[in-house]
Amino acid sequence: MPPRIPARTWLAIFARLFAVQGSWNYELLVGTGIGFCTEPALRELPGGRTGAAYHDAVARESRYFNAHPYLAAMAVGALVRAELEGEPAERIERFRTALCGPLGSVGDRLVWAGWLPMSSLLALTVFGLGASAWVTVLIFLGVYNIGQLGLRAWGLRAGWRYGTRTAQALANPVLRHGPPYLARAVALLAGIALPLTIQRVLGVMTAPLSRVAGTVATIPIGIGVLVAATLVATGLAAVLMTCFRGRIEGWRLALVVLVALTIYSIA
Amino acid sequence: MSITSLIALALLGGLVGLDVVSFPQVMISRPIVAATLGGAVVGDATAGLLVGVVLELLALETLPVGASRYPEWGSASVVGGALAALGTPATPGASALALLAAVITAWAGGWTMHAVRRINGVWARRNLPSIDAGDSTTVLALQLRGLAADLLRGILLTAIAYALFRPLVMLVLPQWNLGPAASAAVAVGIAAAVAAAAAWSRSRSAPAARWYLAGGVLVGLAVLVLQ
Repeated sequence: MPPRIPARTWLAIFARLFAVQGSWNYELLVGTGIGFCTEPALRELPGGRTGAAYHDAVARESRYFNAHPYLAAMAVGALVRAELEGEPAERIERFRTALCGPLGSVGDRLVWAGWLPMSSLLALTVFGLGASAWVTVLIFLGVYNIGQLGLRAWGLRAGWRYGTRTAQALANPVLRHGPPYLARAVALLAGIALPLTIQRVLGVMTAPLSRVAGTVATIPIGIGVLVAATLVATGLAAVLMTCFRGRIEGWRLALVVLVALTIYSIA
Repeated sequence: MSITSLIALALLGGLVGLDVVSFPQVMISRPIVAATLGGAVVGDATAGLLVGVVLELLALETLPVGASRYPEWGSASVVGGALAALGTPATPGASALALLAAVITAWAGGWTMHAVRRINGVWARRNLPSIDAGDSTTVLALQLRGLAADLLRGILLTAIAYALFRPLVMLVLPQWNLGPAASAAVAVGIAAAVAAAAAWSRSRSAPAARWYLAGGVLVGLAVLVLQ
């Protein structure tokens, strides 16, 4: 049986998880953040805040560590349990080292490459379908944060439950099979969102053109041609950028294009 | 430009800049949110959203992974959204100039984030003896100092960028000769191309991803035609 931790301590740990990267640096990475998050539970060690066990544990937990910020919750739960169960220091240090790689790569694939772009593309689809500014924003924030809050809460609970056997929690189907499903959702939503977004942005930014063309439907003929031409150009540019993948960053290319557009427009 | 709106924008830029990495990472720093808020502060949320949507397309390419250096889209989007609200969305050049200013600010923001990380590293190195002694006060102080530095970074970046770009945009806007259609098409076209390439790069390893993408394009075009 794992030791008991008061509910308010869990709340303190969960609240601190939101600032786990507060002092992120190239030396310790998220290390001090892990020490900061585990600290409320370490007060439960024999001797309390003045005891040697507490100081040793704070020192251990504040050293170099790397993880995805949301899955760091799992590390915190597991490390707290290991410390409170009195695992030998060497074992905890080996366990910490072993956790770094998987928690980073799993989180990156699941969240940064999956959940985040999926939430963005969903919001862009809603925008393209005509949603207002605040509806678009609320849908993005709502969908994204259901995922990230759920992941943090689950990670903390799973880490505490499995302790040093956290590899079992990492075998969870959502973590193993989630990324490919999310990747397919990203592909599907990208296909839907991009034409709709282009159409709506052009429709609003060229409002005087719409009035000149005369509106017989939501998309007047002048805008329809513009949207079609932009879509074709976008597709060709995207194929070219995919061919040069890794050799060119899109935002840098966009910067060059915007500078050229500005110079051309005011020359 | 009133000092009140500059202060409000700077504070907003500080909060969303903090959200990028340090606290709380609930993604109010995504362009679609931050630019809308930036536009709302100066009175036009919709103009902010339009620029935010285009910046969001660009930001889809960025993977905010660990130690990599990447553009800081949060504070930059606040600046872009606020600048877009200087004209109507249909003012020729208004959105393109706001986008240009935002991308330059995002680039500069990436460097400021790198600087804050290095400063955090200096503070951590100086305090290593206390950390090794298990002094929780030192750990807490490092966290708070890092958070304060990042907040200040976002505030200063937003204030400087907005104060710098606002008069420039006002100066260039009347000289803008290109029509609204071409300006908008180039700006949204390049951003959408970046987003399409990024989405493909994220999904290409998944089974049948190309069919999902093709199916999505068909659905998107069908909705477009039906509208």
